[in-house]
Amino acid sequence: MIENIMLSDLSLVNWSRGQFALTAMYHYLFVPLTLGLSFLMAIMESLYVKTGNPEWKRITKFWMTLFGINFAIGVATGLILEFEFGTNWSRYSWFVGDIFGAPLAIEGIMAFFLESTFIAVMFFGWKKVSKKFHLLSTWLVAIGASLSALWILVANAWMQYPTGMNFNPDTARNEMLSFWDVFLSPVAVNKFLHTITSAYVLSAIFVIGVSAWFLMKKRHIVFAKKSMVIAATFGLITGGYLIFTGDGSAYQVAQKQPMKLAAMEGLYDGQEGAGLLVFGMLNPDKEWNNDEEAVLAKVEVPKLLSILGYRNKDAFVPGVTNLMEGGFKYTDEKGNKHTALSAEEKINRGRIARTALGDYKDAKETGDEQAQKEHLETFKANFQYFGYGFLNNPGDIIPNVPLTFYSFHIMVGLGFYFLIFFVLILFFLFKNTLQNKRWLLWLALVSIPLPYIASQAGWIVAEVGRQPWVIQDLMPTIAAVSRIDATSVQITFWMFAAIFTALLIAEISILTKQIRTGPKTGGQ
Amino acid sequence: MFETLSHLALQQYWWFIVSLLASLLVFLMFVQGGQTMIYTLGKDEIERKVIVNALGRKWEFTFTTLVTFGGAFFASFPLFYASSFGGAYWVWIAILIAFTIQAFSYEYRSKPNNVLGKKTFEVFLFLNGFLGTILIGTAVGTFFTGAEFIIDRYNFVEWQGAAYGLEAVLNFQNVALGLAVFFLARTAASLYFVKIIDDEVIEKRARKQILFNAIPFLVFFLFFVFKALTTKGYAYDMESFVVSMEPNKYLNNFIEMPWIAAVFLVGVLLVLYAIFRTYLKGGSRGFNLGAIGVVLTVLALMLNLGYNGTAFYPSSVDPQSSLTIQNASSSEFTLTVMSYVSLLVPFVLAYIYYAWRAIDLTGINKKDVEDKDDHTY
Ligand code: HDD
Ligand code: HEM
Ligand code: HEM
Repeated sequence: MIENIMLSDLSLVNWSRGQFALTAMYHYLFVPLTLGLSFLMAIMESLYVKTGNPEWKRITKFWMTLFGINFAIGVATGLILEFEFGTNWSRYSWFVGDIFGAPLAIEGIMAFFLESTFIAVMFFGWKKVSKKFHLLSTWLVAIGASLSALWILVANAWMQYPTGMNFNPDTARNEMLSFWDVFLSPVAVNKFLHTITSAYVLSAIFVIGVSAWFLMKKRHIVFAKKSMVIAATFGLITGGYLIFTGDGSAYQVAQKQPMKLAAMEGLYDGQEGAGLLVFGMLNPDKEWNNDEEAVLAKVEVPKLLSILGYRNKDAFVPGVTNLMEGGFKYTDEKGNKHTALSAEEKINRGRIARTALGDYKDAKETGDEQAQKEHLETFKANFQYFGYGFLNNPGDIIPNVPLTFYSFHIMVGLGFYFLIFFVLILFFLFKNTLQNKRWLLWLALVSIPLPYIASQAGWIVAEVGRQPWVIQDLMPTIAAVSRIDATSVQITFWMFAAIFTALLIAEISILTKQIRTGPKTGGQ
Repeated sequence: MFETLSHLALQQYWWFIVSLLASLLVFLMFVQGGQTMIYTLGKDEIERKVIVNALGRKWEFTFTTLVTFGGAFFASFPLFYASSFGGAYWVWIAILIAFTIQAFSYEYRSKPNNVLGKKTFEVFLFLNGFLGTILIGTAVGTFFTGAEFIIDRYNFVEWQGAAYGLEAVLNFQNVALGLAVFFLARTAASLYFVKIIDDEVIEKRARKQILFNAIPFLVFFLFFVFKALTTKGYAYDMESFVVSMEPNKYLNNFIEMPWIAAVFLVGVLLVLYAIFRTYLKGGSRGFNLGAIGVVLTVLALMLNLGYNGTAFYPSSVDPQSSLTIQNASSSEFTLTVMSYVSLLVPFVLAYIYYAWRAIDLTGINKKDVEDKDDHTY
């Protein structure tokens, strides 16, 4: 019940979180390659149709085989994710279903059907449909994949920054007021662009890495080089954009989720003109309310964090401690000045809102209209902090700082590395000496896992960094969970873990075999 | 244009869309049915390969329809999504797993180094076909017989059944629907094979299977329909929202909404005609007519379930908690937005039809699947 959340739910919520994270992270092992490789295939097939050179067809078909193997598991894990909103987060599903369900449905109608219909043509239509129609199908698969990313990311962005809605006390849920506010929120736009470009970068590195292996083995040299030129060019362009949109994301986080930003930077005591850590080691003994140093060793670029977060080199960036204690001044997006509340005060306001909602319901049952009006007003005045009313102690609003911090720095570091990597590959490709640079070929091969690590790290920043919220400030994770017994969730967790892991092993085994076999000759 | 509709009209419109997706899903489960017949119809490696590939070109549609059905149900009736999935946990998880193991089995079955071996993937396909159909049918049975949940005043669900949904199998009416779906899927698969597989031996076996599966299908289906029409149903007053038990509710719905009854009858007759025609003569018409028949039949049942003051997801422990299209739906605004999106549905159906035609034009035979150059499963 909304009134009483018990400690005994803790194990339930943790298993449910674990299960969701497991599914989502497995899902996201496969999704980015689907997203990026489909575009690369479409580009390669376009070259085939344009030049008529069968080599391009052979190249396209080879990458298509790998695509199919990878795609299958993306689908399998995605199905579970979708229904887990119902099975494991049913209270969440009601509380926000009015807004959250729509993107999910649109995704199905608009994106998944596009993808799955034309995938059939793409795989089975080589001899059955015209060249042009086949090419169109490949492009539609790529567009369909990107569209499916779009809608789910709009939904995720809304959870980070709920907007365009209104809470309806009678149904006890949030209802949509403006579709466009949800769809075009700056968080959604940044999130989509950042995620999609990260997927392009990932697949570019995948294609380069696999091609580098062929070069090392001195097999299919022409094939490998052609693939690499396409991939490295694609990677360089999208990689630059990736960093640009990452900066956009960080700016949005600073505005909308200051606690997440503080965790990303391990910043406890806020500063004006805060610097950005390029490298840092956190002090494990640091708590928000003790005097330990937060960071033990660091390399810092002065003022950069203030610029990144507020576009102003002297802006004040609040740290964890400031956010707990409140009292600092800040300006919101509309230009209004506020003094920040302490975590405790927010919790009080949240409890007032929750009590008022209960009182409103009571008054409605007895038909007392005057009381209904009063309670509703109290509720509305405090609704902004509604979710805080579920928390028991102020410390709950701090996410896991080390995990968020290190994930963020790994991702950013890799982002810059990838850019240099693409430049190197292109440089030696154009000098036509790449096949002699064994160190670079090796580097390309061992770089394959890195964008996967960066992508998972990115999601950890986004998702762990927003804890304890499932809907920022409105619903904590613990209130969102389905009330079933923890043992059931525990069992399904291990079942999923076993299935996904077996799948991953099978996938890698099949992929490596296909790569070793290489592209088919003839290219028919 | 949708702005002018009342909230109730939008709710009815969305119940129609959800019902349409459900009926398409039931028809498309011929893929699942076919997966349980790989060894019945295929006596050697190459025959089985033909069968698997005939199904493999279609499995994505069934799967995507399931996904879209889930998304559309979530968006239009979120309280159902929250109550049923979050409470009947084990039934839905079992269904999910049954479908998860399908998604990669086609692609991985015959690939070298697939770790688990061909047989395992074939077992996965069988399990998907067997459990997926029966469990979905059983779960939908509870739409008629009721489930054990209570909704509190914040619209949060409290599930009462200790088995988290598995209790549904204790009611034979639910299971009968499950078995009906299973045998229907196998019947439809036989029709599909007759249409698509260009191989006399397999076709002959498939034609025999039509009758073997159509008979049990009819027995279970008629039993279910008879039970549903003759027992009490959960009715609610569309003004006061009070739920009451009404004798012969579903029969009354047919009588009060004769056009739905007509759709139902036409659907059933088409299915019967398709079965006998194909059994006797073969050819591809049977599958197409059967498809239309299945869609119409299921559509009519679903509409009967949601319209005319009927609770589409009744609570057997607290009837007042029952879900209706009015109390479980999204807000008027969201339904309006979604209705614009639904305008894409005919367009989607059109391109699916077009793509199917392009690929199915020539059927499939042993030569096709032995072609090393093509993508085969
Ligand atoms: C950035 C992209 C992205 C993200 C964050 C997610 N997905 Fe996903 N999803 C895809 C991008 C994608 C995809 C690339 O478009 C897939 C992979 C294979 C496919 O068909 O589409 C896909 C498949 C896929 C499927 C199977 C679709 C089919 O049958 O074709 C479902 C049900 C979901 N996803 C649901 C989800 C849910 C509930 C997510 C939230 C946690 C989620 N996805 C995160
Ligand atoms: C696909 C990439 C994703 C990954 C790798 C990922 C990762 C994670 C992780 C690690 C958690 C656990 C956080 C914790 O418990 O500390 C989590 C929770 C969660 N994420 Fe994601 N996430 C992804 C996508 C999404 C998307 C797109 C959505 C929404 C549409 C989403 C919604 C949630 C929800 C509802 C939870 C559970 C509640 C919570 O703990 O906040 N996630 N995710
Ligand atoms: C230098 C560059 C980068 C910067 C400044 C950056 C910044 C960010 C920020 C601030 C977030 C959190 C957004 C949120 O919480 O809403 C994020 C998320 C994410 N990042 Fe990056 N990132 C960079 C590079 C990369 C790279 C190289 C990859 C992968 C190849 C990547 C993949 C992701 C993913 C998948 C997410 C989660 C989705 C999202 O929230 O947008 N990022 N990034």
